[in-house]
Amino acid sequence: MRVGPRGEIADVGTEIPASVAEAPLTPTGAPQTAPPPAPRSEFLYFALRNWKFVFGLSLVLGFFLLALIGPHLTPHKPLAFTGPTDGRPSSDYWFGTTSFGQDVFSQFVNGLRAAFLVGILGGGLAWLIGATVGFTAGYRGGAVDDVLNMLTNVVLVIPTLAILIIVAAYVNVHSYVTEAILIGLTSWPWAARAVRAQTFSLKTREFVDVARLTGRNTRQIIVTEIAPNMSSYLLMMFILLFGGAILIGASLDFLGLGPSEKVSLGLMMNSSFLSSALLLGSWWWFLPPGLGIVGIVGGLYVMNVGLDEIFNPRLREL
Amino acid sequence: MRRYLARKILIYLVTFWVAVTIDWAIPRFMPGDPVQSLLSRMQAQPESQQALTGYYTKAFGFNVPIWKQYLNFWAALFHGDLGVSIANFPTPVWELIRGALPYTLALLVPAILLSFWAGNKVGAMAARRKGLDNTVLPVSYLLTATPQMWLGIVLAWIFATILTIFPVSAAYDLSLQPTWSFEFARSFLHHWILPFLTLFLVAFGGWAIGMRNMIIYELEADYSNYLAALGAPTRLIRKYAYRNALLPQITGLALALGAIISGAIVVEIVYSYPGLGTLTLTAIQNRDYFLIQGIFLFLIVGILIANFIIDIAYVLIDPRTRVGMQGGS
Repeated sequence: MRVGPRGEIADVGTEIPASVAEAPLTPTGAPQTAPPPAPRSEFLYFALRNWKFVFGLSLVLGFFLLALIGPHLTPHKPLAFTGPTDGRPSSDYWFGTTSFGQDVFSQFVNGLRAAFLVGILGGGLAWLIGATVGFTAGYRGGAVDDVLNMLTNVVLVIPTLAILIIVAAYVNVHSYVTEAILIGLTSWPWAARAVRAQTFSLKTREFVDVARLTGRNTRQIIVTEIAPNMSSYLLMMFILLFGGAILIGASLDFLGLGPSEKVSLGLMMNSSFLSSALLLGSWWWFLPPGLGIVGIVGGLYVMNVGLDEIFNPRLREL
Repeated sequence: MRRYLARKILIYLVTFWVAVTIDWAIPRFMPGDPVQSLLSRMQAQPESQQALTGYYTKAFGFNVPIWKQYLNFWAALFHGDLGVSIANFPTPVWELIRGALPYTLALLVPAILLSFWAGNKVGAMAARRKGLDNTVLPVSYLLTATPQMWLGIVLAWIFATILTIFPVSAAYDLSLQPTWSFEFARSFLHHWILPFLTLFLVAFGGWAIGMRNMIIYELEADYSNYLAALGAPTRLIRKYAYRNALLPQITGLALALGAIISGAIVVEIVYSYPGLGTLTLTAIQNRDYFLIQGIFLFLIVGILIANFIIDIAYVLIDPRTRVGMQGGS
């Protein structure tokens, strides 16, 4: 698997490197001489010894915990004008206050919640569409493939942000769920292409032929035969879409196209920027939201590299 | 080659058609009355409300049957008529876009080309070299996970607020007139560096990671092992690996264009750079719908042209597409 710019898995045309196409199919190369661990614990065995996976996962889980319990740690409401204006971080206001006297820490932890919501929902929806389109196109082939491929290519060319700008100019985005749905509907194409290419190489295998001979229908074959053989691929795809959705969401919020009466990391950057926090040097206001995003998305990407090494024995050394 | 390009051009034509149709359909098929929705957000005076309602109804052409609206939309498009900006009445949208375009291109083109070049070189150097890999890879992941606007804010904070080496806003010293003078060029460069660097760094991370991973795959390929067995110098093997790894990177460039352009939009806003991004923000803030529509179409056309250039480059670089074999996709 190749992680491209902004964390996309760019499919390498139809010619996927053999190591990628093969890796998920063969049981991970545990040496035959040693007693092979049971399948589930085998994953854990390699996962816990991979520092990239452990580091990335702990980073993401750490932020997730902070998002869960953070809002209960502070008495200040995120949008209430409670404190001094432009206050430096103090024991009362851990991350300082905005120039309107709002608590930055409270905004930050609530913003983290929004980021996770948009990431999971938006990434999840994109994953669902991408996998469905990719499986159908790859397995059916022929005219179905042509049509879906055209659709994929068209959505691929139109930049997500551009289409969201024009939609958000008309749809009043009031909730993060709406925002996540808009993101999910536009960011699936590369995933569909990746799944399609994988499905192509899998559908000619003997075990799929056998399944077809037993008279199972297309959906069953895809769900029970093809998908499990690329489960690692599908998992990594979800992680990348998750991170991507957070980044797109932040850009939308920064442009003022997200839910404006809520709190999000992008909106924090937007309001700190518009209130010239830069010129005033209120670093405690504009640094946390970006660090939060870098932490979550970077953690996801590093975790993905770790997963790649866990699933693909060839990458394990080094 | 002809088939390859013909297929691509077909995709681009369909994309253009879809984009124009989306542009046309969104105000018409979204729930609610678009004219009222626009007006309520503008919070105009009651007297001007009336005039504006009339203007919008006419401007959108809502007073004719829907199929005719669609045809009229296309006809206007082919006459280069993107409508008139509402916030900057009566400047045509096209004129505003034309004024902003050079600045966006001045940022985007060097950022795309230089980050692609440097990212690939550094990524290729890092592959299978432990010391370099351990520094390049983490830094690249950090960069590619960074939202562009935030990196822009941080760079502006460090270099403009604290160190005061670079200015934070506009494309040139506003006491100057844009002319072909040395003084203006210096001022332009001075204002250009930070936004350029922001775009460059984020894109650089992505290319470095991609190239590093591709080189590792290529170095494991049979031809690399064969060359090594023949006793070819490592330099030569890496050179061949680089050439092969470059092809998927070019495909990746086409895929990444949208993300890079989105990045340029937000970075321009951070630096108040007078390009399409800043224009987009003012259009959003003023609910200047025709301007948003025009910018959207313009971005699509720009992306299509860029994609086409990349396709041509691909044909020139990959001999397989020329002889009509697989490849490219």
